[in-house]
Amino acid sequence: MSGAPETALDIAASVRSGERSARSVVDDHLATIAARDGEIHACNAVLDDQARAAADAIDAAVARGEDPGPLAGVPVALKDNLCTRGIPTTCSSRILEGWLPPYTATVVQRVTDAGGIPIAKTNLDEFAMGSSTENSAFGVTRNPRDLTRVSGGSSGGSAAAVAAGYAPLALGSDTGGSIRQPAALCGVVGVKPTYGLVSRYGLIAFASSLDQIGPFANTVDDAALMLETIWGHDPMDSTSITGAPAPLAGGADVAGLRIGIVEELTDVEGIAPEVRAAVGRAASALEAAGATVDRVSVPSCTYGLSAYYLIAPAEASSNLARYDGVRYGLRVDGEDVADMNARTRAAGFGPEVKRRIMLGTYALSAGYYDAYYGKAQKVRTLIIRDFAAAYERFDVLLSPTAPTEAFPIGEKTADPLAMYLSDVCTIPTNLAGHAAMTVPFGVGGEGLPVGVQVLAPALGEPVMFRAARALEAAAPR
Amino acid sequence: MADPISRADVEHVAKLSRLALTEDEVEHLTRELAGILGHAADIEALDLDDVPATAHPLPLVNVLREDEVRPSLDRAEVLAQAPLAEDDRFRVPRILGEAP
Repeated sequence: MSGAPETALDIAASVRSGERSARSVVDDHLATIAARDGEIHACNAVLDDQARAAADAIDAAVARGEDPGPLAGVPVALKDNLCTRGIPTTCSSRILEGWLPPYTATVVQRVTDAGGIPIAKTNLDEFAMGSSTENSAFGVTRNPRDLTRVSGGSSGGSAAAVAAGYAPLALGSDTGGSIRQPAALCGVVGVKPTYGLVSRYGLIAFASSLDQIGPFANTVDDAALMLETIWGHDPMDSTSITGAPAPLAGGADVAGLRIGIVEELTDVEGIAPEVRAAVGRAASALEAAGATVDRVSVPSCTYGLSAYYLIAPAEASSNLARYDGVRYGLRVDGEDVADMNARTRAAGFGPEVKRRIMLGTYALSAGYYDAYYGKAQKVRTLIIRDFAAAYERFDVLLSPTAPTEAFPIGEKTADPLAMYLSDVCTIPTNLAGHAAMTVPFGVGGEGLPVGVQVLAPALGEPVMFRAARALEAAAPR
Repeated sequence: MADPISRADVEHVAKLSRLALTEDEVEHLTRELAGILGHAADIEALDLDDVPATAHPLPLVNVLREDEVRPSLDRAEVLAQAPLAEDDRFRVPRILGEAP
């Protein structure tokens, strides 16, 4: 790539002023997709015709003297678990192949209402279960920075789409790190907002008490633009927070900010030394900008992974019961309804989805509920308490986003536990319902991007974005 | 600590999950689930008797609204996505006569 990619803010400004047509913006980005997606495979579907028609409508509005909105003419890539009415939405699963949703997700509606243009549906680990996009029924998404490596997951397609210049903005979902980990591996910004800040209506559910939609972008300011577009109360999501969120403007001033490095997520086995070093350099940079930095222990984070891999599959086993061959998607005939259900699900789900349904059903079953699911819910309480104690002394926390740089395709597919460890730094935020984001901060020992994670308490997005802007300004080029 | 997961456990859970697994899958899953649950032994060992459970990060309350007539999903559009529909209904194989 030559030079910095064009930002969403620049595109929207030039389209709103009439300096540039939305159609030319869309055509340029479609050309990039056509040139690169054969090898990267970030897209399950490219929305050529719809995107061009939407761009023409934006240009017509500008010609009439209207303002199409803050995302005017900006191409946006959508993770393929966000419902788009009349446009296939697959979750990268055979069980939903060909399904046309009868409604549109609130976030997608808000993007288009703001003048944004959906340009592609992006690949993911089937039903967002995975950390490498290798669990997609439609094949892996390769890392644009190194095609032999994974793009991360589960939102690997959205991360790769932004990194490869398909769109300056993308949406993904994050249940245990599915926005932040692929963003880190592809070298882009990724945000997991506070639980409830962004409506989940139209997001196909994986684990409902953990799922949250958020943006990918090349810059922190573009990520803020997208988050401010999609957030806010939605009567269609009963867990959506009421009241107006505090704006994300506020610059990069970190003078006096108290920053804690989370020991349990940084100084543990499995974190590559170069990744740990990047967190140290990031902390020093913030200190040089006037923040105070100290180390902090959040002890129960140690149990986050175990708790997550009981809670998330338990919720998934319930959520995915709806794929029964009756109302939508695949049906494989059987002797009776139960037999039809079982054959349909056996044929439609891939190995990781089956593994998680089995694990979750087991964890919820009679005789094991207290030992597994019940215990995991109590650990969740401990994590919330420990974070609350840490946030009495610190404004934001820092840690690695992912333990390593992007790993080679195929390296972890035979060992589910090794794959699950990819999310060890990101999971505690989801269990607590807090906010966190990743900012690219140089490269690791193999020359691939490393992300630093900024964690904040619930609704701490304004201070989190301030620290993120400071990190972005200090990041090695 | 709970007993290690057995092949019979996996077959039982597959039935509860409505998954028609192959012999091969049952074998794999018996091993894999044992490995994953083995990792969870660290929290099984914790003494958490006095700790309340958290089911959800938000203090949720029931959300109520007036029962007003509003536009809903288009019936034809929804039924068009069903594997089989008839007379404005989803059609399924026989249910009556199933063994209990």
